[in-house]
Amino acid sequence: MNKYLDLFLTFARIGGFTFGGGYAMLPMITRECVDKKKWATEEEVMDYFAIGQCTPGVIAVNTATFVGGKIAGPLGGFVATIGVIFPSWVIITIIALFIQNFAQYEVVQHALAGITVAVFALVVNAVLKLGKKSVVNVMGLIICLTVFVLSAIVKVPAAWLILLSGVFGLIYTKISNKNAFKSRDEVRDTDQNEKEENVEKEDE
Amino acid sequence: MIFIKLFFEYFKIGLFSIGGGLATLPFIYELQVKYPDWLSTADITNMIAVSESTPGPMGVNMATYVGNMVGGLPGGIVATLGLVSPSIIVIAIVAHFLRKFKDSPIVEAVMSGLRPASLALVCVATVSVARAAILRTELYEQTGVLLDLFDIRHIILAIILFVAMRKIDIHPIWYIVIAAVVGIVFKF
Repeated sequence: MNKYLDLFLTFARIGGFTFGGGYAMLPMITRECVDKKKWATEEEVMDYFAIGQCTPGVIAVNTATFVGGKIAGPLGGFVATIGVIFPSWVIITIIALFIQNFAQYEVVQHALAGITVAVFALVVNAVLKLGKKSVVNVMGLIICLTVFVLSAIVKVPAAWLILLSGVFGLIYTKISNKNAFKSRDEVRDTDQNEKEENVEKEDE
Repeated sequence: MIFIKLFFEYFKIGLFSIGGGLATLPFIYELQVKYPDWLSTADITNMIAVSESTPGPMGVNMATYVGNMVGGLPGGIVATLGLVSPSIIVIAIVAHFLRKFKDSPIVEAVMSGLRPASLALVCVATVSVARAAILRTELYEQTGVLLDLFDIRHIILAIILFVAMRKIDIHPIWYIVIAAVVGIVFKF
């Protein structure tokens, strides 16, 4: 299948079955883009989600632009975005034109209450799956718990928490591994210097 | 020209609302004050109800709704395109640099901090979904009986679905469809 058409249809499916905020898209995204199409890895999806939360705009759209862009360049990003918003266009337009009191129908409310339960189960399942890939060391655990408390209880805006965590990751890696950000040549040089120093010491 | 105005108002919303669809809400209230003939506060209430009860990202649903109120079908398309344009531009730039420095240890170090933070934020969102899905906080506040806090039927459905997800490998869409039917049949 044409890759643009594939992107459009896949993201239209994701948009058409996402209920709630961007996080509700997580199970759909991992199923379609990681398991089925192998367009991205689980780590990449978490990266996109993180960046999507501290850049302007709707998280779902940001993630779609990312995946589409990775698969087929800027046009792919555009096509994936149009795909994810297409079901909204159709459904909301129909409702706005013909069924003004849509949300007040009893059958809609019952269906929605059921869907919310399914979304809850799906998101918990996705969190468990992605958790193993996202928290791989002690630093990850510290960041995860701290951000959870700061967001849920102190209500610090998500964008700040994401930015601070990035800085924290940088500092932590720097402290835990002195040579983390040096190029290979530099590392070799310092290794050699150290060896030479050792040789000199032995000579003495 | 109303469509150009609508596009730029929504372009601004897309550019300045950070953190997902609900973050656009304060901007929509501002819009209502600025252009009272576009939509009323009652329209906004209805917009939230409709956007929450239909599929699709909240922010996109709300943009389509407002656009429809202001300029019919083309209005809905124009408003949504305005909303997503800043995303497409910003993400295209970010993605470009991310690809360029993909193997840079600095980027990898930053990402190693972002991933657990991202997971934590999803967990926070999960807690609020849990509150909506399996707790009856309003009833509990009225009666004060702890047993009223938990919606037993919803919890049973959640457990069944969760166990099924771990055992049967079918598309998440099916769980949503099944849960909707269960909700209608058992009057959730």
